[in-house]
Amino acid sequence: MTGAMTAPLLEVRDLQTHFHTRAGVVKAVDGVSFTLQPGQIIGLVGESGSGKTVTGFSLLGLVDPPGRIVGGSIRLDGQEMVGMAPDALRRLRGRRISMVFQDPSTTLNPVLTIGRQMVLALQAHEPMSAAAARDRSAAMLGRVGIPDARARLDAYPHEFSGGMRQRVAIAIAMAHSPGVIVADEPTTALDVSIQAQILHEMRALARESGTALIWISHDLATVSSMAERLLVMYAGRLVEEGPTASVLRDPRHPYTRGLLDSLPATARPGQLLNQIPGTTPSLLALPPGCPFAPRCGRATQRCSDDPPFVREPPRAFRCHHPLERVA
Amino acid sequence: MSAFMSLDRVSKRFDPRLTLGDRIAKRLGATVEDRPVRAVTEVSLEIARGETLGLVGESGCGKSTLGRIVAGILPPSAGTVLVDGEPVIVRGRKVTTRVQTVFQDPFASLDPRMRIGDIVAEGPIAHGLVARAEAPAMVRDWLARVGLDPDFAARYPHQFSGGQRQRVAIARALAMRPDLLVCDEPVASLDVSIQAQVINLFLDLRRDLGITCLFISHDLGVVRHVCDRVAIMYLGRIVEVGPTETVYRAPQHPYTRALLDSVPRLVLDDDALVEFNAITGEIPSPLAPPPGCTFHPRCPIAVDTCRAAVPALLEHGDGRRVACHVRAAERGDVDDPHVASWVPEPSARADSPG
Repeated sequence: MTGAMTAPLLEVRDLQTHFHTRAGVVKAVDGVSFTLQPGQIIGLVGESGSGKTVTGFSLLGLVDPPGRIVGGSIRLDGQEMVGMAPDALRRLRGRRISMVFQDPSTTLNPVLTIGRQMVLALQAHEPMSAAAARDRSAAMLGRVGIPDARARLDAYPHEFSGGMRQRVAIAIAMAHSPGVIVADEPTTALDVSIQAQILHEMRALARESGTALIWISHDLATVSSMAERLLVMYAGRLVEEGPTASVLRDPRHPYTRGLLDSLPATARPGQLLNQIPGTTPSLLALPPGCPFAPRCGRATQRCSDDPPFVREPPRAFRCHHPLERVA
Repeated sequence: MSAFMSLDRVSKRFDPRLTLGDRIAKRLGATVEDRPVRAVTEVSLEIARGETLGLVGESGCGKSTLGRIVAGILPPSAGTVLVDGEPVIVRGRKVTTRVQTVFQDPFASLDPRMRIGDIVAEGPIAHGLVARAEAPAMVRDWLARVGLDPDFAARYPHQFSGGQRQRVAIARALAMRPDLLVCDEPVASLDVSIQAQVINLFLDLRRDLGITCLFISHDLGVVRHVCDRVAIMYLGRIVEVGPTETVYRAPQHPYTRALLDSVPRLVLDDDALVEFNAITGEIPSPLAPPPGCTFHPRCPIAVDTCRAAVPALLEHGDGRRVACHVRAAERGDVDDPHVASWVPEPSARADSPG
């Protein structure tokens, strides 16, 4: 791995986030590990219930009861975040690590003007006068591509389109030039033409400010155009990781292969898609061993034992019967 | 190609209903929004028997409204909708069962208090397509055909996943024996692997039943996969319509091209630097659409004519129609020296370099 010499910006080790419900323990995140270098963009993909969003929330200490981080470690700038006091966490959030959420219509406060929300976000971590904060806010809005920024500070969120609201959310997330931004499906709610604008702008902003991005998405194409490294999650576990293009070209885990084959873009128009049979298992009733085994064409008896995490740097995968390497 | 379904200059405007309070406020000088929303403007389209027409556009372009008009759920403000020569709506009421709809969200479109067997049987029984005594057998048959266990008939919607619910919604629509199926974003709310299963089911059923379909989607990849022809909609109007591959390979309308360029592609090359060729600006409000061609404020090739006159949807010569002054001038359809002097740039598609 490229960053072996430098200390990683963010180091996640064996993260376990569980939800204690009346029906049982849901292991939403079950032993996820990865590292993030300054300025790096990594993609975290998976379907609903794969644990990708809970992983993102865990990184910011935003998991609410009945959910709890029950094990593992998250080190940001070498500082352990698991078990950190709420006050200390609050001082990190928004300053060193911040988040952009999926739905820009629910993340902004509808009764505060855009400018007021931005000023509050700025003053939360940096003492500054209201006038100075307003100037900074206008500059930030301009940077994320909102025309006539100063006049728009007095607008309310409902006066903005979905794409503009997401730009505001991005501006707030970038306000303190954090080391890491966790972006959870930031363009899923947007139209494709607006999505293309946001993808372009976020990548440029990350590059300019040296901010690292964790790009959480279900959309392999979007992730492949953003992230240099790809992590694939299934049922709370990391099943495959590696350089994005390499993983997508030559997946080793049958689930990754199945996801790719499910995309209409990889098939001839009108032909049946190579679908994955069955549905994602309930996290309350996971089969023993590999959770993908019941849907997997390569599964054997062995798959009822936990599969090994096979490391073949820069690639790694968790499977008893990986696909052959093509290249 | 004879038209099985035809729309003739269909328009839909929504006039705001002002409450008494609104009217008083307006009288007192407050700003009250009383402009109508022109959701669909003079759309003429045809679908041949057995054909699947894709209807593509971004949010607010009017594609769902148009779908609802075709399905007979909304009466058009003007224009006619005919299926097999018969009107779908007469005096505001749907008069045929030959058009059925599959909606986007299977969590909202199935009554949570009804067993799925009753959900599937309700329509056919009410319309006398099946005797009550024979309904259970019909339900079992349809559940099996959409890939569900026939014994599930006694279960409730909450016992099913999103993909399974969408199968129930498809069974409900098909049990009415429709000739035309309107699918409004049928796979948009599903996970990728489940989406593939439902697309396959759709392809199978379409082949077996020879159904005609209007397939509404914002997902250009899905549309390319399942549709014979595709219509692109922008601010209530069709801007381009033609055979799917023809349109995707060489889009003629600048909006179609921009839309296709905006779709992220799977990048399989190491070190590929993907450029996002985004359209600038945002979709204008349908409350105050720009004059002339509604795309002109965002269009890279707009000329003076585009700001003044609405372009007609004209034959382009390869089985498609395009509503663009510049393209019309290139073909020599319009004698406008200003337009004709414009030199087209070579199509610069944003495929991943490599």
